[in-house]
Amino acid sequence: MPWQWLWKTRNAIFAAALLAFCCGIVFAQGPQAATPSIFTPASTPATEINNLSYFVLEITGGIFLVVGGLLVYVIIRYRARDTDDNREPAQIYGSNQVELAWTVIPVLIVVVLFLTTARMIFAIQDAPKPKAALDVTTVAHQFWWEYRYPALGVVAANELHVPLSNTQDPKPTYMKLLSADVDHSYWVPQLSGKVDLIPNHPNELWIDPMRAGLYVGQCAQFCGAQHAKMLLRVYVDTPDQFAAWVKNQQQDGVQDPSVAAGRRVFETQACMNCHAVRGTAATGRFGPDLTHLMSRDTLASGILHNNKENLRQWIKNPDSFKPGSLMPAMQLSDDQLDQLTAYLSTLK
Amino acid sequence: MADSTFPNPAVPIAGGAHGALDVTPPDVRKHSVLEILHSWITTVDHKKLGILYMLYGIFFLLVAGAEAIAIRIQLAVPNNHFLSPQVYNRFFTMHGTTMVFLVGMTMIFGFANYLVPLMIGARDMAFPRLNAFSFWVTAFGGLLLYYSFLGGSGLYGVGNAPDVGWFAYAPLTARAFSPGHATDYWAIALIVSGFGTVGTAINVVATALCMRCKGMTLMRMPLFVWLFVVVSGLTLVTITPLTAAQIMLLVDRYLGGHFFDTQAGGSAVAWMHFFWIFGHPEVYVLVLPAFAIANEVIPVFSRKAIFGYAAMVAASVGIAFVSLGVWAHHMFTVGMTSASNAFFTLSTMLVGIPTGIKIFNWLATMWGGRIRFATPMLFLTAFVFQFLLSGLTGIMLAVAPWNWQLHNSYFVIAHFHYVLVGAIVTAIFGGIYYWFPKATGRMLNERLGKWHFWLFTIGFHITFDVMHIPGLLGMPRSIYTYEADRGWGTLNMIVSIGGVIQGIAVLIFAYNMIVSLRSGEKAGNDPWDAWTLEWATSSPPPDYNFATDPVVSSRRPLWDLKHPEDPDWKYEA
Amino acid sequence: MSAIPLTPHVSDHQHPWHLPYRGRIGMYCLILGESAIFIIFVLAYVFYIGKSLTGPTPQQVLEVPIFNSICLLSSSVTIWLAERNLEHRKMKPFALWWALTIVLGLIFLVGTGMEWHTLIYEKGLTVSTNLFGTTFYSLVGLHASHVIFGLIGLSLVLIFTLTGHVKEEHAERIQVLALYWHFVDAIWIVVFTVVYIIGR
Repeated sequence: MPWQWLWKTRNAIFAAALLAFCCGIVFAQGPQAATPSIFTPASTPATEINNLSYFVLEITGGIFLVVGGLLVYVIIRYRARDTDDNREPAQIYGSNQVELAWTVIPVLIVVVLFLTTARMIFAIQDAPKPKAALDVTTVAHQFWWEYRYPALGVVAANELHVPLSNTQDPKPTYMKLLSADVDHSYWVPQLSGKVDLIPNHPNELWIDPMRAGLYVGQCAQFCGAQHAKMLLRVYVDTPDQFAAWVKNQQQDGVQDPSVAAGRRVFETQACMNCHAVRGTAATGRFGPDLTHLMSRDTLASGILHNNKENLRQWIKNPDSFKPGSLMPAMQLSDDQLDQLTAYLSTLK
Repeated sequence: MADSTFPNPAVPIAGGAHGALDVTPPDVRKHSVLEILHSWITTVDHKKLGILYMLYGIFFLLVAGAEAIAIRIQLAVPNNHFLSPQVYNRFFTMHGTTMVFLVGMTMIFGFANYLVPLMIGARDMAFPRLNAFSFWVTAFGGLLLYYSFLGGSGLYGVGNAPDVGWFAYAPLTARAFSPGHATDYWAIALIVSGFGTVGTAINVVATALCMRCKGMTLMRMPLFVWLFVVVSGLTLVTITPLTAAQIMLLVDRYLGGHFFDTQAGGSAVAWMHFFWIFGHPEVYVLVLPAFAIANEVIPVFSRKAIFGYAAMVAASVGIAFVSLGVWAHHMFTVGMTSASNAFFTLSTMLVGIPTGIKIFNWLATMWGGRIRFATPMLFLTAFVFQFLLSGLTGIMLAVAPWNWQLHNSYFVIAHFHYVLVGAIVTAIFGGIYYWFPKATGRMLNERLGKWHFWLFTIGFHITFDVMHIPGLLGMPRSIYTYEADRGWGTLNMIVSIGGVIQGIAVLIFAYNMIVSLRSGEKAGNDPWDAWTLEWATSSPPPDYNFATDPVVSSRRPLWDLKHPEDPDWKYEA
Repeated sequence: MSAIPLTPHVSDHQHPWHLPYRGRIGMYCLILGESAIFIIFVLAYVFYIGKSLTGPTPQQVLEVPIFNSICLLSSSVTIWLAERNLEHRKMKPFALWWALTIVLGLIFLVGTGMEWHTLIYEKGLTVSTNLFGTTFYSLVGLHASHVIFGLIGLSLVLIFTLTGHVKEEHAERIQVLALYWHFVDAIWIVVFTVVYIIGR
């Protein structure tokens, strides 16, 4: 069929020309490693959408060239000139044949576009779930992400670890998407399109990352004051890395007697109302699980590098980084802050 | 024979032979400010109300423009602290709400008010007092919305304005997540202004159907009037669902109802459906008037009759009907079934067919013409180009899988600003340059007009062409700031610079209006050598519009008058 | 130029220039808009049937208001009779039928009030009890508010009639008001079907 021919012969020249046109400004200053472009896919859903988008760009680009060209021609050819006589041009009221033609052609284009699109919708949305798939339950909160791995007994926050997949032995990750409060949306452009997390309305999303590494994204549905700082980080691990990560996450929190003072602060200053540290009395679920806090690269949903200084400042006054965040400043003394930071820093 | 004589555009109407209504001597007495104010506030004249609508719209255009500039300053560099997140969220909510309801809706109904009676040869709207009521109710709604800046938290707290996005998705609007009264102001203000809008819509339909002058059959109505009949009909069935949804929201917030309370079995998705059942046709409510302006300006400046009148009417009605069945293309990411996604992909793409017909018909109208590029035509040419582009990005967004990437990204923001600014605001500017002489008797300055046009168009393209790219690079909408390492910084800076250029252009436009109103070139009755009835009366028209009721025989009565040897009615089926 | 008469199209002289009555068109438009409001409320009602997390359910508390419905629907007939009489300049029968319409409307309204009283104070269903309560009071209340508006309009006409201000030439305007009343009655058929038959 003709569009399949178009599809197959779509070539690097077209893509390069288009990307150069669109993203020239970006690449002029050097490619950014952390740019989550939809044109650099690393997982089947994103790749298929990428291919479809080139096809749609070809068609719409063609329409633009034809119609835009006609407009430019008309502007130049039929502009009024000083040499014109005073008579009005010939009045033409319409033409059924011509009008029929420019009704039928768009109809045909719509049919082609629709059939291609429909095929893709069903292919991505109704893809059968393989037995080897990893299940993750993602719960969005104002303004952070909770990840639960029911089969592995792991609870993590803000940084999702998934195994690398490949075409021979696919190991996709299937996410059940829930929300604890308002609407959110899960969007890591290089891995898949976005899917909303809506309270009382579970959704599903799958990815099968083909390249190891870190992929970033962020919440894509306005969810309140700190919607902008609800960042997503997806770590695609090699099988060994992933197994090691899971093994560590399955442990209870480290119990280090040298930071008992900090732990007392944690358990007496209402921290544990919202946060959990497995193996202790702290089982709160309003905030991120802190059992393996120090295994994460970032704090506060991806906005801060995870180090002692940031951690202390964050606990002291979350609003200094994230005004409107739901974590209150607990008015701790400097000593308490030091002790608490020391305790949390042992939670590897 | 008496009423088949046409008032001569070249001679003052009062000098006609049928001057029974024209015996009042011209009122040369100087009026006091209070008298003038009184006459405007108590007026039921469609022309004065039309001008009030326009002034009201322009005022809020400047307000919303200022909010947009503040938003763009905040986003110009990553991790900026120009606006706090709370203020940013209020500004983008108010910017969107203002532009759609207080600028878009009022300006289109300003055009309708001023022009529909004139174009059909009537002396006023069908219900003049309802007309005044509608304007003042709408105006009150706008003031109520902005009063929320002061009153949102009541007298005891600091003021705040709605901060839930102009789409106000549940359950963010629930009492638990939006305490205070900002959200109530949003809902009540829009319900109130919605009453006014519905009143005007009823009025426009009744005027066009019941007040036409003799000989103006439906298929001889100017396309402008046709489009506004369609727009008003569409308004009647789109504003009301929003009112219904907002009543439900208020039941939830004030009476403890559970419509959108997800804790009690309510559905957040139901709000999305209700909102977009309003929200998508609303886009066509706003864009069809832009088509209406194009349908008048493009033929006159191309010196040709509109190509395919009947097809244009059919396409407009077609767009209105199809637009009622496409709303869920705003919801491809909420987890609908694959069959629903496919259905809404198809219905959305179908809109492209009648809109395509329109673009082709405009091109065919220009084809073979002698196009005079005065400022109105410059704007309308840019309108055709920009509308074409926004239609094509619309096709991209209709492709559901690609929409999963593009939805709620800056690509979408760029797309709908292309429609709202590139098509609608651009056409409205063109329309103002075209009809300002009729409404005031003076031409807008052509030199300033060209400055306005070029600065605005260049600024527009700098802003909104570039704005597509951060969306493709993963930048979502509604964020008050972004990380430095994402590579969106330079692009956003460029977008912001373009925004400032557009702001300057709009200020030039405001200056042009003020200067031209005082000392612009005298317009005469028919400065553009046009063909519809509004140009047959004086500029500005007298209170009664036409000294004698006109009688028409074709779609272009003034063409027939100017070309008795070759009148239109010989060719019209 | 000033003397050039437009040559009207030949066919224009054959038909007298006749346009629809603006009041009627305006009312049709209003009805169109109101219908859209009701469609959204009806959709919400249907969508939320059986979704309440707690009781009471419609089966437990709702009784079918047959007498009420007969009153309201027959008021469409009485108002139609009133219109006919006005057209024939029979002012007395017009006033009588018109008054009867108002009485029937009032009976409906009082009946709804009693139903709500029972529901609230005896059966414990309020707007905040559950989704059923929210949607029920909203939909039935929206309709009842339209009945109230209609009754206000009808009463004004009755007052003007009794004071002798309504004449035969006002028939067209009064028909427009009657049109609204017919719409209110027609909506009740929909509400009745959805709430008391499908939803119960």
